[in-house]
Amino acid sequence: MSADAAGYRAAVIGCSAGGLEALRRLLRPLPEDMALALVVVSHMAADSNGLLPELLARTCRLPVVEAEEKTPALAGRVHVGPAGYHLLVEADGTFSLSLDDKVNNVRPAIDVLFDSAADTWRAGLVGILLTGANSDGTAGLGRIRRRGGLCLVQDPDTAFADTMPRSAVNAGFADHVLELDRMADFLCTLPGARRSGQ
Amino acid sequence: MIRDDLQDLEIQLFLEALALRHGYDFRRYAKASLKRRVRGLAETEGVREISDMIPRLLQDEGFLPSVLSHLSVPVSEMFRDPAVFLALRRGVLPLLDSYPRISIWLPGCATGEEPYSLAIMLQEEGLLHKAQIYATDINDAALAKAEEGIYPEKTVTAMAAAYLAAGGRKSLSDYFHTAYNFSKIDDQIRKSIVFAHHNLVADGVFCETHLVLCRNVLIYFERQLQNRVLELFHEGLVRGGYLCLGNRESLSFTSCENLFRPLDRKHRIFKKAGGLA
Ligand SMILES: C[S@@+](CC[C@H](N)C(=O)[O-])C[C@H]1O[C@@H](n2cnc3c(N)ncnc32)[C@H](O)[C@@H]1O
Repeated sequence: MSADAAGYRAAVIGCSAGGLEALRRLLRPLPEDMALALVVVSHMAADSNGLLPELLARTCRLPVVEAEEKTPALAGRVHVGPAGYHLLVEADGTFSLSLDDKVNNVRPAIDVLFDSAADTWRAGLVGILLTGANSDGTAGLGRIRRRGGLCLVQDPDTAFADTMPRSAVNAGFADHVLELDRMADFLCTLPGARRSGQ
Repeated sequence: MIRDDLQDLEIQLFLEALALRHGYDFRRYAKASLKRRVRGLAETEGVREISDMIPRLLQDEGFLPSVLSHLSVPVSEMFRDPAVFLALRRGVLPLLDSYPRISIWLPGCATGEEPYSLAIMLQEEGLLHKAQIYATDINDAALAKAEEGIYPEKTVTAMAAAYLAAGGRKSLSDYFHTAYNFSKIDDQIRKSIVFAHHNLVADGVFCETHLVLCRNVLIYFERQLQNRVLELFHEGLVRGGYLCLGNRESLSFTSCENLFRPLDRKHRIFKKAGGLA
């Protein structure tokens, strides 16, 4: 396992079709002493009309907030990108938003978040790609791996929409292919994932 | 040094060259998205390394326009966030009516959708005849398009609902002449707007304004540059003038937090407070 000395620091999560349910199942079991900063981008955010953080907060022990520009990604918190904007992470760990052209025909694009987060957190980053019906996120996972991070992909056979996770698996970018309900447990065993150690 | 870090360095040198050679300073833009745009430029230019573009930047005058149009992001929509336009229509325009002449500035106007949206509203509220609208941007290609006022017919059709949600009293198509799948904005609306090149990083205030509408531009700037630009708006606004920012932009933690007071928090509309003029 290739986390830097301090262990993992952040996890970026991308999802599309079927994402709300998948996010809930991923986040629900996470313990209160989570030490990773969690950052979520969903193609479906627009449909939820800015309510995604609220919807997720109902079934998650960790605070869930919308990611605001110039504010830092904080340990033990879930940050959700606003609908319609690309979400990026700057070198100092703060968020940026942009209205740049769509990437992979979508805005927010998972690749945009993953690329920038990979540059910031490098070996301290976990990339997680969930259900979706396009191939956004594959290139981003590629960059996360190249910079020493760890890539988790939802098992395509059990995903609501398998195209997105399958694309990443086929590209050879998945360090681990996991069923959704095993992902939280797995995340918790990573060095640096919990405040108390394990 | 690994390739990704080397590329960061090359981007830094490229921005340095752009600033020193041409006076366009992108060094205080938010880096993460700017990096993507510089990489996009390299791809369009078909060069392998970012640094391959530096000699051209120094020697070839003709290169600058395409650099600028790649680094700035002229993405806009008519009546984007209709609730904000509705809030302006109901909450701000009636207050502007008390002035004998109204001057409005839209920095970062991109391809003109926003100034035209505003002008249509002013027309419907009976204020256009006494309004002067200045719409500025750093991107000359976008400004040229804005000045033309011609959009694909289908984008106008697609924005019809947003226009109504923003309190529109007629039909958006009433303001356009359509032929061959293109729609041209009505001349009276078009002529109410002065489009001009203005760089928020380097240029100063050029007129006294009652309303500054600057949406989705500050998100591209680092804090220090945001502060400069907000101070510029403050300086340009009359006492009691209005500032409207983008839906995900705020004055919190900026140097201007106390120079304005929120008029409509949800829609990011602020009023210049008294004190220093
Ligand atoms: C995303 S667009 C926003 C367009 C419009 N205000 C809206 O919200 O729909 C950002 C605009 O800011 C312009 N811009 C970027 N840097 C600028 C600068 N230094 N001075 C003036 N305009 C700038 C870009 O060229 C682009 O047109």
